[in-house]
Amino acid sequence: MSTTTKQKSSNLDKPLGRGKPEVNIATFALLFSEIVQYSQNRVYSVSELQNKLSDMGQHVGSHLLDLLFVREKGYKREVKLLNMLLFIKNNFWKTLFGKQADTLEHSNDDERTYYIIEAEHLVNKFISVPKDKGKLNCAAFTAGIIEAILNGANFPAKVTAHWHKGTTFMIEFDESVIIRDKMVEGK
Amino acid sequence: MSRQSTRGGDPRKVNGELFTLTYGALVSQLLKDYEDDDEVNKQLEKMGYNIGVRLIEDFLARSNTGRCNDFRETADVIAKVGFKMYLGITPVVSNWSPAGDEFSLLIENNPLTDFVELPPGHSSLCFSNLLCGVLKAALEMVRFLLYSSCSFFHLSFVCFLFHTAFVSPKFDVISLLVDFGCCLLC
Repeated sequence: MSTTTKQKSSNLDKPLGRGKPEVNIATFALLFSEIVQYSQNRVYSVSELQNKLSDMGQHVGSHLLDLLFVREKGYKREVKLLNMLLFIKNNFWKTLFGKQADTLEHSNDDERTYYIIEAEHLVNKFISVPKDKGKLNCAAFTAGIIEAILNGANFPAKVTAHWHKGTTFMIEFDESVIIRDKMVEGK
Repeated sequence: MSRQSTRGGDPRKVNGELFTLTYGALVSQLLKDYEDDDEVNKQLEKMGYNIGVRLIEDFLARSNTGRCNDFRETADVIAKVGFKMYLGITPVVSNWSPAGDEFSLLIENNPLTDFVELPPGHSSLCFSNLLCGVLKAALEMVRFLLYSSCSFFHLSFVCFLFHTAFVSPKFDVISLLVDFGCCLLC
């Protein structure tokens, strides 16, 4: 009872800090494993499971967005599409996973689609997918994080995770993003 | 340019904020699903239990700690080795009961509660209840091993209380009360 009534200093009053010390990979992996199991028990299909993981990821991403921009970019936001993608590939990935993403590619036949490819993704490091769920990629969680970051930065997109050269995150931008970006670049 | 992916830090470490926010996402998902603080507490402890069962193996394999001679040593190992290894913090062991079978772990700067502000109406939610489950399971596993190797010390859990008390406005002090029923096996 007393916890709610007591005047507690707000999080906004605390200094942001320069990023937290790290935790052991086992701690994270086991927590993630519990998340996957919990979600698995509440769904009927692989795609539902991926959606659920993605939802959780979005929760994380929406909180990370401001944190990252305040810390890494000195309160400035990205307005150009390519810069935003590079920011995700370099800064974002480095902060979260300790290294940059392996590659960033632009689709040949669809200008709205980009790929971020990771040979071995942290989240999948300790996960072996059962045979009957071959399609399942738990990196849907990370896809959710990326999606929330892009959406929050006003680049509406849909991000999905697939098994291709390791893990590939497919980023499909909204048509409006491409049109806007062309206008910005054209100036 | 994309080739020079400089590896930062230890590959056996993960960004603490990713961990914190992931845990936050889990708790908020549980709250959405169960809509009841007590149910969420139970679920968190269950998940913690599953984690503890597996975490203790990793701990024994990597920490090189020998067998503890008494319960005080166990408490020290939990705080100074276990918590340090997995969460990067060192809780303070205190509040020993006269019988020496009960103690509290006080955690300052709990990494699980970074960025967390509970909305009003969740007074009975134990946000870090996961830790309870982890400790409970991990200790049960160890004690079971000792017991089976004919040690004369057998500990069974009687109750495991946990309160989050925001004692000081500066940091959240979490006190963890571990209560063991001790019995000697002849």
